[in-house]
Amino acid sequence: MVELQGIPVSPGVAIGPALVLDADGYRIPRTLIAADKAGEEYARLRSAVNAVAKQIEANRLETSAVAGDETGDIFSAQLQMLNDPRLNGELRRRITTDHHAAGYAVNRVLRNYALALRRLENPMLAERAEDVLDIEKQLLLQLGAVTEQPLTALTEPVVILSHNLSPSETANLDRRYVQGFCTEVGGSGGHTAIVAKGLELPAVVGVGTFLDSVVNGTRVIVDGDRGKIILDPDAITLASYKQRIEQSQTLSARLAELRDLPAETADGTRIRLSANIEFPHETGSCLERGADGIGLYRTEFLYLSSTEEPSEQDHYEAYSQVVNEMSGRPVVIRTLDLGADKMGHRPLAEQEYNPFLGLRSIRLSLRNLDLFRPQLRAILRAATHGDIRVMFPLITTIGELRQAKMLLTVVARDLKDEGIPHRADIPVGMMVEVPAAVVMLEHFVKEVDFLSIGTNDLAQYTLAVDRSNEYVADLYQSSDPAVLRLIRRGVDVADDWGRPLAVCGEMSSIPGRALLLVGLGVRNLSVPPLALSRIKKAIRSVSLSECQEIAERVMTLDSARDVDVYLLDRLGVLVPELVVT
Amino acid sequence: MNKNSPTRTVTVRNPEGLHARPADLLVRMASNYQSNILIGRDGELVDCKSILSLLTLGAAQGTVLTVSAEGSDAEEALNAIEDLFEAGFDDKNEAPGTESALDS
Repeated sequence: MVELQGIPVSPGVAIGPALVLDADGYRIPRTLIAADKAGEEYARLRSAVNAVAKQIEANRLETSAVAGDETGDIFSAQLQMLNDPRLNGELRRRITTDHHAAGYAVNRVLRNYALALRRLENPMLAERAEDVLDIEKQLLLQLGAVTEQPLTALTEPVVILSHNLSPSETANLDRRYVQGFCTEVGGSGGHTAIVAKGLELPAVVGVGTFLDSVVNGTRVIVDGDRGKIILDPDAITLASYKQRIEQSQTLSARLAELRDLPAETADGTRIRLSANIEFPHETGSCLERGADGIGLYRTEFLYLSSTEEPSEQDHYEAYSQVVNEMSGRPVVIRTLDLGADKMGHRPLAEQEYNPFLGLRSIRLSLRNLDLFRPQLRAILRAATHGDIRVMFPLITTIGELRQAKMLLTVVARDLKDEGIPHRADIPVGMMVEVPAAVVMLEHFVKEVDFLSIGTNDLAQYTLAVDRSNEYVADLYQSSDPAVLRLIRRGVDVADDWGRPLAVCGEMSSIPGRALLLVGLGVRNLSVPPLALSRIKKAIRSVSLSECQEIAERVMTLDSARDVDVYLLDRLGVLVPELVVT
Repeated sequence: MNKNSPTRTVTVRNPEGLHARPADLLVRMASNYQSNILIGRDGELVDCKSILSLLTLGAAQGTVLTVSAEGSDAEEALNAIEDLFEAGFDDKNEAPGTESALDS
């Protein structure tokens, strides 16, 4: 039995056989061959190369016929790569002199070329790395060194162990079989973590290097509550985890009974408790748990989970589905938050040294109107079906806000001119997630109908911590007193101007922190569907004055650690059944 | 390569730099000759018949490259390569010297 510690990002426990992936979905072990088999192995490589060459040539002809010679020429370059004399010289040397198995040689040599291409400053050339990896994969398949992508051909329950999983890979995991996952890298605020929560998949990230020592099929426990990974657990550990799964099922059954009760404190202060979603199908689990609405619909997942760029109609259909299913409850649609760790289908920005300080979110939308316009049109069109509100992310300057609002007006006028049914008068809000916006909030608040604090980015930008970087993940705490002061200021300004303010970051989904927010004066919380019942339970178990006492005490503390210790202690007293042991 | 091998200087003129398509054309062209041909920036010369090596040069528009060839048809090879760079790899305009490369 081996126990490893990582960062818990999505709660729950998963038990199952390990499926180990490398960064690209497969893994080639270092395999050597006997010296007298080298000739035979090289011949095997040659016939694989010839077979792949035939495939590429067939692809070229087929693509040229459909898309024209220009596109077909992509394969001409691939063929040239496959026949590259340097490449073949190196493969031959590795097999005949170093006695590498053909698959291992292909993996090493082509990965090195791909790496060299990726390091180039020129993004267009860096993309050719994909061609090299494509050839690698085809050769490996020919050589029988890998089978088809294991993730798409699952037939049994598994726990995924991987160096990394991108948000889109996570979104595409087959929920019928994937029980949970664990990655070597990653931090608590990354989008992979958010997707895992959305999918209700227990997950632990940032474990550090450990995949080399794991064999496929090993029994693994992923403890998404405490951030532990247990490989090959002994009988006692296994039994205790199985018991925990049962207990949590009992707790969720009891929490489910809260569904039709309002989220109000014991002394009757009503808190609007909404849900954060990434996909339209999540409305089901929101309604099941009695959400008051959708407080944050992260629309960029429309881009990340499909293979083609979504059209205006795709946007419209997704939004209409959500608002129809939420039947009358408000749905806050956040406009595209692409960039940084969430990339769509095209390289929208050239390589950036500090992507989180770069062209992302509203900045990227305002620079790519062909992307932004269809979304805004779809939002206004879908608003005919119910209570849709639009929210712009990452607003930093007043100019950005005005530009975005102006575009919304222009789009509404276009729709009117075209005679397309829409609503032009929907509420417009902004995310408050950059310290600059908090500092200048008196100016912003006049020009919006509502505010929503995104604590993930606010913490990241206040604390100067890249939230997806595991080296500094421990510094990233939304309970940091600096972040809390900004939140309190946000609440004060919103109150002065009579504008509703919500907190939609991950912070609201942690029971102790949610009570703190209520104590600070927040009356709208938006949390992942999975957290709805727990947060409702927490709210219903306390009085407003208890929350206010918590807030008062917390604001005298000077470190995130002290805040968390205190909050956990209060939670233990006020709502003991929510404390994870 | 011999110090006395014939050498030329060429400039990448096409806006996209020495990306996949021009590199493909260049390799096809170079492969028509017996000579050993090297290309690159000073001190970083690579095999002109290897598309992967050409791509890893990462040569953007405006990059000046040195080409040298050694062998019986060295001069002809260099002439053809020079023409290809001069024409900016624009095969649509049937730049001189590219026909044979395209037919290969």
